[in-house]
Amino acid sequence: MNITFESLEKGQEVASRTVALSRADLVRYAAASGDFNPIHWNEPFATSVGLPNVIAHGMLTMGAAMQVVADWTGDPAAVVDVQTRFTKPVVVPNRFGTEIEPSTGLNITAKVAALDEDERTARIDLTVTAPDLSDPAVPAEDAAALKVLVKTQVVVACR
Amino acid sequence: MSVNPDVLGRTYPPIAPYQVSREAVRAFADAVRAESPLHREVEAARAAGHADLLAPPTFAIIVAQRAEAAVVGDESAGIDFSRVVHADQRFTHHRPIVAGDELSAATTVDAVRALGAGAMVTFRTEITDLDGNKVSTALSSLLVRGEDQ
Repeated sequence: MNITFESLEKGQEVASRTVALSRADLVRYAAASGDFNPIHWNEPFATSVGLPNVIAHGMLTMGAAMQVVADWTGDPAAVVDVQTRFTKPVVVPNRFGTEIEPSTGLNITAKVAALDEDERTARIDLTVTAPDLSDPAVPAEDAAALKVLVKTQVVVACR
Repeated sequence: MSVNPDVLGRTYPPIAPYQVSREAVRAFADAVRAESPLHREVEAARAAGHADLLAPPTFAIIVAQRAEAAVVGDESAGIDFSRVVHADQRFTHHRPIVAGDELSAATTVDAVRALGAGAMVTFRTEITDLDGNKVSTALSSLLVRGEDQ
């Protein structure tokens, strides 16, 4: 734990990151996590179960989002508790020829939400959005930003 | 309801021991875009006081989902995996996971409640070392959609 408790203030933004995502990133996460549910890589399967398209693993979105906080701490072991609620799927359309290009991205912002003086822990809350690409007729640049995670809270042990 | 309510309170058998490898930690760190060298360089992890490479905080999902598979694969529970949506997830870490750890995990069905024609089911998975010491507690809620949802 490298963060000093006294250095933090409620409301302070501690980190932000944009994470670009391609279909290849979903395959990479499937292999790393062992979650090979075809909704994350097989478009005909995804649409057959009522999804607009292939969607990212919720745990990829959660993992990439909270990792912003873990990296900020300097020692990710300082993360003692992490939770989120999955509200909207992150749609990852197909976009590659011979080169793989990202087709969507997560916008992540982390702020200090609460400080516990007795435990010397900080609760960091995350805002995580991704473009709404569920309608293929809407170009990515015009897509509305959706909150894909809510109640995303990371508890960090401080010095 | 899309889940058999009789599974409430049931604890399923633990997984076969899962050994955390350095390469699994590195692959997971790459997949979630972790930037810390503590996930990739053994010397950096040791200098920070860890026995070996440190796993990213959501790495525990690998072990938790193996344990949850016992419930999802239990026909008497009646969960149709193609109708499952991950609703929420929490990990409470009792100590960090590092490469070289051998982990066990067992899932208990903590809650089942009807939600229209579907159901919300909450799993609590206790991840331990092979001596039974607590490593992490994972709470996962799954929405199992009903026929018309």
